[in-house]
Amino acid sequence: MAETPMLEMRGITKRFPGVLANDNVDFDVFAGEVHTLLGENGAGKSTLMKILYGMYQADEGEILLNGESVDIPSPTVAIEHNIGMIHQHFMLVDTLTVAENVALGLPSSRGFLTDLDVVSEHIVELGEQYGLEIDPAAEVWQLAVGQKQRVEIIKALYREARLLILDEPTAVLTPQEVDQLFDTLRQLTADGRGLIFISHKLHEVLALSNRITVLRQGRVTGNTTTEGATRHSLAEMMVGREVKLAPDKPEVETGGAALQIRDLEVIGDRGNVMVDGLDLDVHAGEILGIAGVSGNGQRELAETIGGLRQSNRGSITIAGVDTTNKPPIEMRHAGLAYVPEGRMKNGSIGAFTVSENLLLIDHADDQFLSRGLYDFGAIREHCQALVEEFAVKTPTLETPVKSLSGGNIQKLILARELSGTPQVLIASQPTRGVDIGAAEYIHKRLVEQREEGTAILVISEDLDEVFALSDRIAVIYEGQIMGVVDPADATREQLGLMMAGIRPESVAD
Amino acid sequence: MSDFFTEAILIATFASGVRLAVPLLLASLGETFGQRSGVLNLGVDGIMLLGAFGGYYTVLKTGNVWYGLIAGIGIGVLFGLLSALISVTLLAEQGISGIGVYLFGLGMSDLLFLKLVGTPTPISKFPKLDIPGLSDIPWLGGMFFQHSVIVYLAFALVPLSTFVINRTTFGMRIRSVGENPEAADSLGVSVAGVRWATVTIGGTLAGVAGATLAIDLGIFQQNLTNAQGFIAIALVYFGAWRPIGVMLGSLLYGFVNALVLQLKTLEVIPPDLSNFAAMAPAIITILALVIVARRFRQPTALTKPFTRGT
Repeated sequence: MAETPMLEMRGITKRFPGVLANDNVDFDVFAGEVHTLLGENGAGKSTLMKILYGMYQADEGEILLNGESVDIPSPTVAIEHNIGMIHQHFMLVDTLTVAENVALGLPSSRGFLTDLDVVSEHIVELGEQYGLEIDPAAEVWQLAVGQKQRVEIIKALYREARLLILDEPTAVLTPQEVDQLFDTLRQLTADGRGLIFISHKLHEVLALSNRITVLRQGRVTGNTTTEGATRHSLAEMMVGREVKLAPDKPEVETGGAALQIRDLEVIGDRGNVMVDGLDLDVHAGEILGIAGVSGNGQRELAETIGGLRQSNRGSITIAGVDTTNKPPIEMRHAGLAYVPEGRMKNGSIGAFTVSENLLLIDHADDQFLSRGLYDFGAIREHCQALVEEFAVKTPTLETPVKSLSGGNIQKLILARELSGTPQVLIASQPTRGVDIGAAEYIHKRLVEQREEGTAILVISEDLDEVFALSDRIAVIYEGQIMGVVDPADATREQLGLMMAGIRPESVAD
Repeated sequence: MSDFFTEAILIATFASGVRLAVPLLLASLGETFGQRSGVLNLGVDGIMLLGAFGGYYTVLKTGNVWYGLIAGIGIGVLFGLLSALISVTLLAEQGISGIGVYLFGLGMSDLLFLKLVGTPTPISKFPKLDIPGLSDIPWLGGMFFQHSVIVYLAFALVPLSTFVINRTTFGMRIRSVGENPEAADSLGVSVAGVRWATVTIGGTLAGVAGATLAIDLGIFQQNLTNAQGFIAIALVYFGAWRPIGVMLGSLLYGFVNALVLQLKTLEVIPPDLSNFAAMAPAIITILALVIVARRFRQPTALTKPFTRGT
C-alpha cells in the first residue's frame, strides 16, 4: 500500500473539561481496506470519529483526505467530502418512510417539492447491487433492526460515501445478520471504499479487518495487522494488562428450581404480546443465560420477574413463593435480587449519592435506624464495606452516582443487590457498555454467587458473555423459548438460527 | 323550542359557527406547524390579543380593514420571531416561556387600549363576499358561501398546509425535526432554521387570527380572545397534528359556540344558566380531546429544545 491513504488523521488532540479525550492520535485508512478502531468505552474512539464527521472540532492536529488538508466544521461538510457514518444508535426518523429518510436534507430534483419516486428507484438499485433489499415506501418504525441498519447504509451510499464509519454496527444483529452485513461490507471495500470499523467484539474484529488500531485513554496503544493479532493480544492492548476473557467456573451441585416461570404472557408498551406463554426453571447454583436479539421480550420478562410490569397470564414462583403480579417489595422478601438493564433508568438514582443508592432497598431496615432516625455511623460503615468489597471506584461515599463511570455504577448496583442473601438473581445486560476490567470483575462475582447456591438468570445480547457464564443457555425469540442448550455442545451458528426463530430438531436439556 | 328549527335560524346558526371557527382555525393551523417541528408555543393567546388590538386600532385610525389585517400579520411575525428566539435559540423551557408571552400580550394589549382608545368604539367589519353560483345553493349556500374573504382564505389554508407538510422538502424537514432532530441534524438539516421558520409561521397566523377576531366583531376589549389561543393549542392535539383534524376541531368548537349563543338569544336556555352553557364548548372540546388524544402519538421531540453534542 504505497499509494496515498484516502484518510490521514495526524496528531489529533481533543480536550474536554477535565479529560484528554484524544492525545496526539494518528490514524489512516487506505482505499479498499477495513481499518478497525478498537478500545473500551471512553477510550476516545467516538470522539475521534466525531471529529472526522464534523461533529467536534479537534484542538490540535490535521485531517488529510487523499493527501489534501481539509477542514470539516459540520456533518454537512463531511458528507460533501464523501464521508458517511453509520451511527450506533440509528439516526432515523421513525415516522418517515425509508425513501424520506434517505432523501432528508438533500436537494430535490423538483425544487421545493419532494421527488420520492426518483429516490425510491435509486434505493432499489443500490439494494440490488449490495444485497441491501428494502421497501422504500415502508415507514421506518415498521422495520426490524437489521433492516433499519440497511437503511442507514443506503443513506450513506446514496450520498456517495467513499469513506464509511461504522460505529458498533453488529451490536444489535444476530450472527447470521452479522455474516450478511460483512458480505455487504466486503463488497463495499472491493469497490474501492475505505471502512472504519468500531467494535469491541474481538472475534468480529479479527474476522473483518485488515488492520487494527487500539486506543486506550485517548492514546494509540497498539497498531497491528490482523494476521499478527489474537483475541488475547487485542484485549491486553485495550486494557493494558492481561485479562481473563472467561471466568473459571468450578463444578457446583445444583438444587431445586428456585425460579419457576409457567405459561407467562406479558404485554409490551405498544400493546402487543412480548412474552408469549413462556416456561422456564432456574435451579439453585446454576447460571441460566438467555440469548436473543434485543426486542424479543427479554426486557419485558426481566421487568415482570422484578415486579416492574404486570403479567397477563401465567405464574412466577420465587423460592417457593408465588409472586405473580405482586408488588416488587414482596419479590424482594421472597429472595429476589434484580440488576435491571438500564443502570441509570431503573438501577440507580443519578442525583443520589453512593451511600443513598446502596440503601435504596434497605433504607427502612432497623440496622440503619436509631430511635426512628437514620444512624449515619452505621450507614457509613455498611456502605464503606460494600464499596471496598466490590471495588467501586468512587472519590467519596457522598459522590453523586451519575458522575461515576458505567462500570463502577454497575458494580455498585451489584453490591447493593448481593448485600442480602438472594435466592434468585436476575442480571439483565450486566456488562453492557462497561469496560473490560469491570466486566471481568462482574463475571467473577456472578460465578461466586452461583457457588453460594443462588439461582442466576443472566439476560444478555452478547453471545460471548452468555457462553462464558452459562451452565445452560435458553434462546428467546418473539417471547418464546426456542430451546435450551448446553454451552459445551452448542455453536454460535446453532444459537444464531434459534435467535432467528428456527427451533432446533433436538433440544438438549 | 320550535322557533329554533326554522330554516333561517338553522342556517344562521351554522353560518355563525363557521365564522366563529375561523380565528381558532388560523391560530391552530399555525400552532400545528410549530408542534410538528417540536416546538410548543403557549404564547398563542398573547399574540392573538396583540394582533387583535393592532388590527382594531389600525382600522379605527384608517378605516381600512385590510390595513388592519396587515397590522395583525406584522405583529404576528414580530412576536413569532420573538417566540422563536426564546424557545429555539435561548432553549427556554417551553411549558413556561409561552406563558410569559401570553401574560405580556394580555397586559400590553389592554394597556395600549386604555391609553390609546379608552372607550370601546366600533369599527367597520370585513365586507361579505358571496361566492357566485355556490351562495345560491339552498341551505349550504347560506351556511358556507356567504362569508367574508378572510373566512375563505382561512379554509383554503387547510389543504395548503397539508400539502406543505406532506409533499414538500420543507414539510419533510419539519416532520423530521419534530421526531428526531439528531437524525435530521446528522444529515445537514438545520434544526434551528426549520424551527425558527415554523414558530414564525405560527406567530404570524396567531396575529392574523387576533386581527380577524377583532375586525369580525368590530370591537376590542380587555381579554377579547377569552383564552381562544389556549383552545387553539388544545385543538392541535385534538386534530392529531393534522390540518384537516384541526379544521374539524375548530368547526366543532365554532358550531357548539354558535348553538349556545343562539339558544341563549332565543331564551331556550334560562338566562341564569347561561354562564354554565358558555362552558359547553370548552367542556366538549376537552372531552373530545381525552377520547381522541389517546389514539395518536405526538411528535416525539415536542417541547424538547435541541442542542448538538454528546
